[in-house]
Amino acid sequence: MKVFETLGKYFLFIGLVFSKPQQWKRFWKQFFFEINSLGINSLPIIMIISLFMGAALTIQTAYNITSPFIPLYAVGLATRDSILLEFSPTIISLILAGKVGSSIASELGMMRVTEQIDALEIMGVNSGSFLVLPKILAAIFINPFLIVISMFLGMAGGLIFGLLAGVVSTHEFVYGLQYAFVPFYVSYALIKTVVFAFLITSISAFFGYYAEGGALEVGVSSTKAVVYSSIILLLANYLLTQMMLS
Amino acid sequence: MIEVQHISKSFSGRKILDDVSLVFETGKTNLVIGGSGSGKTVLMKCLVALYTVDEGDILYDGRQFSKSTEEDKRLLRKDFGMVFQGGALFDSQTVWENVAFPLQMFSSLSESEIKDRVEFCLNRVNLNAAYQLYPSQISGGMKKRVAIARAIALNPKYLFCDEPNSGLDPKTSIVIDNLIQEITEEYNITTVVNTHDMNSVLEIGQKIIYLNKGQKWWEGDKNSILETDNAEVNDFVYASELFQRIRKASQKL
Repeated sequence: MKVFETLGKYFLFIGLVFSKPQQWKRFWKQFFFEINSLGINSLPIIMIISLFMGAALTIQTAYNITSPFIPLYAVGLATRDSILLEFSPTIISLILAGKVGSSIASELGMMRVTEQIDALEIMGVNSGSFLVLPKILAAIFINPFLIVISMFLGMAGGLIFGLLAGVVSTHEFVYGLQYAFVPFYVSYALIKTVVFAFLITSISAFFGYYAEGGALEVGVSSTKAVVYSSIILLLANYLLTQMMLS
Repeated sequence: MIEVQHISKSFSGRKILDDVSLVFETGKTNLVIGGSGSGKTVLMKCLVALYTVDEGDILYDGRQFSKSTEEDKRLLRKDFGMVFQGGALFDSQTVWENVAFPLQMFSSLSESEIKDRVEFCLNRVNLNAAYQLYPSQISGGMKKRVAIARAIALNPKYLFCDEPNSGLDPKTSIVIDNLIQEITEEYNITTVVNTHDMNSVLEIGQKIIYLNKGQKWWEGDKNSILETDNAEVNDFVYASELFQRIRKASQKL
């Protein structure tokens, strides 16, 4: 019963959040602030992870190709498809669920327990929409850019570290990247990214917004936000893959 | 004037407010006193609709509030100013931005008019020098004063203060008390103050309501509270050594 109660509360929260901003000027200001806070600030970690994951993917694929009948360009092809289909949209989104999700939940949780959200409500501000809507829309807007950057860096990392390890040549790797390319994979990745961005921000905001108690409870809310958004993200990944690729 | 009519509020089956009826008068500082757990904060949160009452009604100058729609509540709340126990200032904004916030959100004032109004409000609470500081850079007393400046920025009709003196030294407490009383009289607003500070009671208690076990136990003013024969009120008033000594001294006279 508790699951249905929480689910109902979550949908009511979404209804509260998706209402017309009371002041557009302030909404845009907050939207661009969140693009920087949730998106641009996440760029360094995404760049590092993408480069090294691309590198590891390439080297592992190359070392596992032992048959002389499999051409070496298959390394580039496997790296590309792994990055496009799963690594960039799903794994990077999971990392963002940890980084961005905990930040949103703890920020809103602290605002709740220090009565800042109550202060907004008493002023007549729709606090849900005021605080959460710019975060959700900013993540939906900026995350696809982050994922596209991650895709490029993952493939670049594969090429650079593949060359350094001597497991593949530039020509073979680049040929593999271009071989049998399915443009829909990029659309599929970006659609997943948008759905994940919504889930990460809305679930984390939900747990932060309804935090109760003190610093300890804010920590618990933050942990819950990351755990639940990660699980639901993986579930959504399965459903979207089933719907779009089957 | 705020009329509270037979309100009750329970949490998990535990009755916190039990059939409370009160009137908070305009132009007066109305104090709600009582020990910890007596229901003061719940009453205040019901007054501003942060909690929904289980039974009864709250009327603001005859306008029904507790049973109105969310949109109507939001409209009426624009007439509210509230000073929270911890100040509830926005951490990410400077003192100036905190005070300007309600004006930027809900007034049609120009930038220069907002600037003038913020300066006036900060001047009113003697905080003009701290306008560029963040809440983390100012003291507890200053935070309370910023909260008061923010609360009065939109010329509220109703001012709510939840334990405005908690955590403050006696001298700063008196400054805050006097400020609340001056603002109440100057703007002829209805002010409700939650407190368990007896100094505040004697300083600004133009109307005092004593809550005990979620019920209204006693009602009077700062003069009558020292003379009441209500045992629970006496226990509360004369709990401190200082007031016991004052009582003994006055009895000797």
